[in-house]
Amino acid sequence: MKIEKIADVEFGAELPVFNPDTNMQNVKRFTEAAGWNGPRFNDHDKAREEGLPGALVPGIMSQGFLAAMIHRWAPQAMILTVDTIFRAPVIVDESYSISGVVTDIDEDRKSIEIDLLVTNDLNETRVFGTASLQLPA
Amino acid sequence: MSEWPSAKELKERFLNDIFDQQVFNLTSEQCVEYALACGELEPRYTDETHPDFQAPPTFPSSFRTSQHLPSEFPKLPGLGMHAGMAIHPRKPIRPGVDLTAKTYLYDIYEKTGRSGRMTFMVSRTEIFDPDGELLATADSRSVVRERPNQ
Repeated sequence: MKIEKIADVEFGAELPVFNPDTNMQNVKRFTEAAGWNGPRFNDHDKAREEGLPGALVPGIMSQGFLAAMIHRWAPQAMILTVDTIFRAPVIVDESYSISGVVTDIDEDRKSIEIDLLVTNDLNETRVFGTASLQLPA
Repeated sequence: MSEWPSAKELKERFLNDIFDQQVFNLTSEQCVEYALACGELEPRYTDETHPDFQAPPTFPSSFRTSQHLPSEFPKLPGLGMHAGMAIHPRKPIRPGVDLTAKTYLYDIYEKTGRSGRMTFMVSRTEIFDPDGELLATADSRSVVRERPNQ
């Protein structure tokens, strides 16, 4: 169900799980647009030479995934804040899922808060996020 | 100043002074590619003919500064890492507009845990349009952790 207005939101509601596209081709598309091209993001072998477990999905891309997930759920949402804490690397070409849950609703300000988690296939948290957004009345 | 100065000392010396200033200008294509790669479906981010077309709200997080800390900031003798970031969009960012990004140290604080002392630095970048209106604020948090043998 798409969220159109604040009254549609229930405390504790879970957002539909989002599986972001972390394949190399898409990460290259992102880094080119952002001006963040570099071997640590676009080349597994060179990233490993730097001591990394593989090419990294940039943190700013993970932040973008969270915003996209919010808009898929609530297309008219106006994002006020997205705060992300990087717990562990997100690796290119590995699969992840993002879950979200509504943790607060402020009917007066027409705003809500959401906790977001990026987890890998082992259910290990890689990125933790909180977001606040405004919705139409 | 000692080898590992206190957060109080660092705040007194470095807080709120702009140490980096740059101008960015986004193209429509950049905005669309950024949005699509992140999985955005909303036309206001993915269709440049949309009447409310704008950059994705997290785009300002990608604005790189030429330096992460003020030039005179002491090198703390520990393990440094990026701890997180926060974006606070205020107004839509449109392509083709000159955006001035000003960066300063917004906060410095300490924590002590089982692994020892940690100093956190929060760099804040404020994005302004040519009229001086604040469009977004992007915070980047880094931490330097005491090495185990220190």
